[in-house]
Parts: sequence; structure tokens; C-alpha cells
Amino acid sequence: MAETQALTKKDLKSDQDVRWCPGCGDYAILNSAQGILAGLGIPKHKMVFVSGIGCSSRFPYYMNTYGLHSIHGRAPAFATGIKLANPELTVWLVTGDGDGLSIGGNHLAHILRRNVDVKILLFNNEIYGLTKGQYSPTSGIGLKTKTSPMGSVDRPFNPVSFALGCGATFVARTIDTHQKHMEATLLAAAAHKGSALVEIYQNCVIFNDGVFDGVAEKSVRDDKTIDLQPGQPMVFGKARDRGLRVEGFDVRVAPAESADTWRADTPSAGPAFVMSQLDADPTMPRPIGLFRRVAAPIFNEGVHAQVNAAIAKKGAGKLRDLFYTGDMWEVS
Amino acid sequence: MTQTRNLGADLPSQQFENVVIRFAGDSGDGMQITGSQFTHTAALLGNDLATFPDFPAEIRAPAGTQPGVSGFQVRFSSSDIHTPGDRPDVLVAMNPAALAVNIKDLAPGGIVIINTGQFAERDIAKAGLKSNPMTDGTLAGFRKIEIDINDRVKRALEGSPLSPKDIQRCKNFYTLGLMYWLYSRPLDATVVWLKDKFSKKPELAEANIKALTAGFNAGDIHELFQNRYEVAACTTMPPGTYRNITGNEAASIGLVAGAELAGLKVFIGSYPITPASSILEQLASYKHYGVVSFQAEDEIAAICSAIGASYTGYLGVTSTSGPGMALKGEGMGLAVSLELPLVIVDVQRGGPSTGLPTKTEQADLLQAIFGRNSEAPIPVLAAATPSDAFECAVEAVRIAVQYMTPVILLSDGYIANGAEPWRLPEIDKLPRFAVKFLGEVPEGGYLPYARDDKRARPWVKPGTPGLEHRIGGLEKAHLTGHISYDPENHDFMVRMRAAKVAGVRDTIPTPPVVGDAQGDLLVVGWGSTYGSIASAVEITRAKGQRVSRLHLRHLWPLPAGLDEIFARFKAILIPEMNLGQLARLLRSEYPRHDFISYSKVQGQPFKTFELTNKIESILEK
Repeated sequence: MAETQALTKKDLKSDQDVRWCPGCGDYAILNSAQGILAGLGIPKHKMVFVSGIGCSSRFPYYMNTYGLHSIHGRAPAFATGIKLANPELTVWLVTGDGDGLSIGGNHLAHILRRNVDVKILLFNNEIYGLTKGQYSPTSGIGLKTKTSPMGSVDRPFNPVSFALGCGATFVARTIDTHQKHMEATLLAAAAHKGSALVEIYQNCVIFNDGVFDGVAEKSVRDDKTIDLQPGQPMVFGKARDRGLRVEGFDVRVAPAESADTWRADTPSAGPAFVMSQLDADPTMPRPIGLFRRVAAPIFNEGVHAQVNAAIAKKGAGKLRDLFYTGDMWEVS
Repeated sequence: MTQTRNLGADLPSQQFENVVIRFAGDSGDGMQITGSQFTHTAALLGNDLATFPDFPAEIRAPAGTQPGVSGFQVRFSSSDIHTPGDRPDVLVAMNPAALAVNIKDLAPGGIVIINTGQFAERDIAKAGLKSNPMTDGTLAGFRKIEIDINDRVKRALEGSPLSPKDIQRCKNFYTLGLMYWLYSRPLDATVVWLKDKFSKKPELAEANIKALTAGFNAGDIHELFQNRYEVAACTTMPPGTYRNITGNEAASIGLVAGAELAGLKVFIGSYPITPASSILEQLASYKHYGVVSFQAEDEIAAICSAIGASYTGYLGVTSTSGPGMALKGEGMGLAVSLELPLVIVDVQRGGPSTGLPTKTEQADLLQAIFGRNSEAPIPVLAAATPSDAFECAVEAVRIAVQYMTPVILLSDGYIANGAEPWRLPEIDKLPRFAVKFLGEVPEGGYLPYARDDKRARPWVKPGTPGLEHRIGGLEKAHLTGHISYDPENHDFMVRMRAAKVAGVRDTIPTPPVVGDAQGDLLVVGWGSTYGSIASAVEITRAKGQRVSRLHLRHLWPLPAGLDEIFARFKAILIPEMNLGQLARLLRSEYPRHDFISYSKVQGQPFKTFELTNKIESILEK
């Protein structure tokens, strides 16, 4: 059967020309996603890509799977409807910082809270790209854009902190230019049962070029980031000579040998939250990798368990019973 | 003294053709339950009936005040009726506020039953009254029955383990018992209901049953009435099996039935909003019919989740009211562009904005037909009565799946909460419109935006091998569905979507003219004005006037044949609970005719006499 044939990356490329700007970080993400999805053993007709509006949201058009390019900010609601209606489908959602955290912040919060089994890629470029360069809810204070000519005074969201606050069961961060890390992160997300949010630092070459260079550029990356991996010591630096220690609610840089081991499944999301807040401290490495991964009841499974229980208890409803029920009387 | 219409001790007959009772009390007095129970028993006795619950938006407005008054009007009859009646024959007033709010509606010579236990000076003050309505002449011309229900309930439940406060909460069942006695109704159905309702709290069931029985057996009160009354079963209703139903119940059942007739399951994505919430509640209880119900985080997520479900092969449904409709606009536009089936139920209420959440209105008509950006045609239909909401829901599903389009079903607060007998459909006479999903690549290749004879595109479930495709809100090329910015293609697709929806006209009937095929006046209605119009036309025709009526179920597209019908009448009257939206629509669609708009926007349905007066005033000219 066709279903069992292994897919190649090429099988997942649609016949549509990719229309992102030359040099856009989206290309690398598309490439990595196609690469890891081909290896999951899931037939492409069982995959659905859902998106909202924005540059990132064109993603579904380039995947040779089922795809729904919906409306601005609402992709989580469409994805929830799709997953509830057919839990057999593998559903991925692609969104951006404007789509997911501004106009769609409410929906993103709720899909994470419910733990719908949908994988969410949040392309964060800290700018509105498709509308040509306005500040976004992740733009830094002071960013000068067309709508903030004197610099933004709008305090930004931290997407990881946001997701953790929503009770997300899987939260990770990766970088568009770090293919190996991105693929490993996407694979971990794919393997997670429940909502998985992956924030991807994505460079917009036109409107916010180099915004992540300070931490993500290849030459500084090893020194400026710390890769959180469950069960691994929190070690960073080109020479892997430094580490992080968690002391109460504080994190300190220490010699590698005294680094703590990272756990992403602590009962409280507190440690992950503390890590996510390191972003604000320029003296600390920027955490990437896996902030949180815990098992929790999955919304779509709970919904269907109730439907099945109702059918088991009452029998599958018949039209006649729908009408002829309760107190009735005859008129002859 | 004014002659009473059908009640009063001076009338010898105990048989009445129809009676209108209004129960009125504080929001916490249980008037809605009392009214529903009386209705329920009337239905089981075979009366034709119509109800009009009228309650404030606040769950418990300050006790004893006029804004906190909750009312339930029920009309039950031995003949066919169309409305809950213009004026109650009997008013039950549980406190001064309820009396003050409702007394102006009571029929001349009508009976007012007053709970004197709630008429202390401070109760009168709470109601904002300067004098006691029992003694200040307010009740002149009515038959006043004074009962201290507070005290009687207390005595009836002496020795009950309930607290004095809980004992007082049984007042409504004492009152109901009394009304059951007065109208010769059995207690059984309510006793069964109470036992079921309080199965986990038998002491509450027992107390309420005791109160109910005590009201029924209050011999000394009965002497005040001197008579008992009877309203026989209605024998003129078409033969069949009946049950009592509200509009929201009927719509919910219709959606499940419609889906079944299409071979689908229902997915409802909805957000609680008055007066539509009970549709979501009802569908949530139909899980054994395979219904997936999803209470979304907001109105937008509600419609979007439903579209997602439709994309996946379910019948996506969302239910809401006016403010929610406004929020769903963009989602509806996407459904138009995706060309997926979807049913949007708009239970209209008073607006704009939050407006009058618990009151009825018909002012979303133009929003439903035109209220989206760009050219986004959607078929619109409207239920006329509570039971008609069933048929309209089935019809909405039919149009949605046959034409691959969102469909808007309009109801309103009056239909949603009002009840009437519903003749249960015969299963094998229901229409069938089974959906055929495209399951494999057709000859010549798969084209997501190819069209059938109804201009509908194929419906493909994700999960079908070989038919992977991408769709979205960007304009699509004809046939392939690929993104297209081509000017000619956009013009073509805009016209194609319009033509598809206009084509729905080919499968809808021309509505019948009730009365003569031609005459002096045609009354054209839509939605819940049906009952008042039907009654008013009956009354004026009985007086020899050349009046006919026509009721529109399909508002967009409008059915064929209207132009010819309109031409056969000297004048056309359109009563609406808005500022003339249908009239405006018909003026633009049928410019050679003149339409007289008669509008009322009070959050209340038309009274029959208002329409008869209007009809007569037009005919006098």
C-alpha cells in the first residue's frame, strides 16, 4: 500500500513556487520541517498544515499535504476544530509573532491551555513583515519602525513565558540558522502527545535583519546560548566550560563541572519560567532547546472519550428517538 | 363594568376556548419554571398552546424591584392559535413590582391573583411605588383574589426539615397548584418532574410536591373563585404525535436530524450568549448522536473551529446572537471563499451592541444578508415559529451541503424561548440529501474548485490519499484553487460565488399566499411575526376584508414568483421588529411595487390588535 511507503523530503514539496524574500529564514524552517516530517512514517494525506495570516502563514501552500490558510490569528481555532473532528490527522500549525501573539493571542493561549494535540511553530522575527515593517508584540523596546518612528514604547511578550503561563505541556525554542538544533527540536515536538509550541527565532532580512545576531549568529551562538536538554547538564560556551546553576529563583553562571542537570518535567513550570526570563538579562546566555515537556490529559481525547461513553451508555442515537422522546400526546 | 372576554364569576359556562395566564414575580421566584410546568401539563392535555417568557437580563436584579420582574405568559386553547395572546385573562402577581409592571396588560375584567404576603409597606417601597396598588384604584375593573401565599406555604410545610428561606422558595409550586385546580388540570406531570429534578434532594421534591398539593386543595381560596374552568383538548390540530417544544430545542434537533439526513455528524463550535446558549447546551447533550460540541474561547474561535470541522468532513455549526454575528463576520467570509458547508444560527435579540439581551428583535436581517466585507453571498433563512425552527434547520443543512456554502438561520428570542406543540415528523417522509465525498482522483485529475450542476465544488476529507490540496482565504484560480491575483479570474470567481448562491432559488418553493390569490392587501412577513400576522389576517378576513398573507422562509436568495404575486395586490404591508429591513430589501429587489413598512422595535412581539388596527387603517384609505 502507498501508505507504508517511506516519504522523502521531495514528496512533501508542493507544486507551488515559494514566494518568501530571498534570504528569509522561512526557507530553512520549511526545509527542516519537510525533512523531519518525511521521516515520521506518517502518510502525507494524514497531515494537515493550518496557518493564519502573515509571511509564515504561507507555509501550508508549500507543503504537499492537506492545508488550510485561514484568517489572521485564528489558526488555533481552526486546528482545534480539525483535530476534534478527526483525531487521526496529524495537525501542525504555523504562526508568527503578530499572528500568534497579537491578534491571535487569545486563541494561542487557549489551544495551549486545552492541550489539543497540535504542533505549533511560532516564527518569531519581532516584526510585522507582510504589512511591511511595523513593530510586533515581540519587538524590543526602542525599536524604530514605520509605526514607532521614535522607538517602540510597547513592552514585548516573551513567547516562551507566555506559553508556560498558559500551561503548555511542551515548550521549546530553536533558531532558523541552526538546522541540526531545529530538526531535533521539531522531532521532539512531533513526538510529544499534546500541544507543542516551538518558538523559532527567524530572521526577517527586509524589515528586521539581524535582530537575533547578538545571540544566534553562528560565531557567537555557542557562547551566547544555552541549549536546555532534559537530563543533560546545563553547559554552554565554545569550550563548553561554563554552566548554569539554579539557586532558588535565580540562575547563576558557574564552571561547567558544577552545572545543574536540566529537567523539563518538574511538577511546577517554575524552573522553565525562570529560564525563560533570562532573555531579559544580557549577561546571561539565551536559553534555547526544551523548556518544558510534561504529560497531561489531551483535549481531543477527552472530548471523544465522552462521545464514546455516551454512545456506550445510551446506544448510538437514532432519528426516531431524537423526535419521539419525552412527554408526547396523540391527536387523531 | 366591562364585559370579560371569557372569564368571570358572572359567566355561567365553565368551558373556555382559550385562556391566557401570566405568571409574574421576582427573578428568583421561579416564574419561568412555574410557567413551563403549566405549559407542559397543558400540552399533555392536548391543548394547542403558545408561550412568551419575558425576563430581565440580570439573573437576580435587586429583589422586589421592577427591573427584576420575570414573567411567563402561556395561552392554551381548544382551537388552533398562533400567538401567546395579546392580554392575559389571569395575572398572578407574586409581589408589588410584578403587579405594577404587568397590570396594564391584563384584559379588562380579568382576574388578578395577588400574593398579599409580599405586600408590606417596604415591599411597596422596593417596587418604587408611592401607594399600595391594592387600594389606590390600580385594580379597578379587575377581579382581585388576595392570598397570603407566604403564610400558606409556611403552614403547608410546617414540620418540614427545610429552612424558612427554602420553604418560601416553594411558593411558586403552591401557586401552580392553585392554577391547576382553577383550570381543572392534573398534578401528575409536575409531580413526576419534581421527583426527577430533585432526585438527589428528595426533601426538596417532597416539599414542593406538598406545596403544589396544598395549593390544589386550598378549599377556602377556591370559594373566592366560585367556579372552576376547563379548556378542552384541541381537536383541530392535524393528526399525529405531538410534543411541546421551544425554538432553540427545535433548532438543535433539526441540526442533528439535518446532519443525519446528509449522512454527517454535527460539530458545534459555540460561545455562550443570550438567547442562543441553550442550542449549545442541547447539542452538548446529544453526544450519543455523535455530536462533538466545543465551547470555544470566543465567538470567533467558535465559528473558526466549526469551519475547521467542516473542512474535515463534519457538519460545522455555530450558534450565536447579534453581537456574536458581528464577530463572526470574517469567519463567514472565509467559509464563503473556502466554499465549505456551515450553518450559522443567529438567535436575534435587541441591539445594537449589548442592547436588550433577553428581548426579541428582527434587526439582524441585513447584517445576515450583507454584513461582510466584499461580495460574500450567503443564503439566509428564518424560522417563523418554535417548531418551524426544526424544518428550517433541516433546510439550512440541505442548502449548506448541496451548495457547499455557509448558511445563516435566523431565529429570535421570542422563538427561542417560546414553546408550542410540535407535530413529530414521520421519519420516512423527511428529505434525504446524502453527501458524497470525493474519495479518489476523478478522471481527468482532481480540481478542488471544479463545480457540479449546482456550482458546488467537491468536498474532500483530509485523510483521503491522493487528494492533498491547500485552500485558504486568498482568491483562488477557477478549477485549480491555486492562489490567483489575476483580475479576470477574480471577477469570474466573485460572479461564480454570487451565481451559486442565487442558484439556491432553483430548489426553494414559492411561498403560498394564504387567503385569496389577489386582493386589497397582502401582508408579507418573515420570522417570528408569523403568529401575530396569521391571527390578524384571520380576524380581518373574518370581517370580510380582502386581506391575504405571505410568509418568507428564504430571505436570501428570495424565492421565485414574488414579483407576480405582489402585482396581484393593491397594497403590500410588511410588519417587522426593526426599522423596515425587509421592506428596504424588497424595494430594491422589486422596484415596481410599493411596500408599506410597519415597524415596532420595543423588544416585544407584535400584538395581534396592533396589526389588525394597522391593516384596517390601510384598508380604510
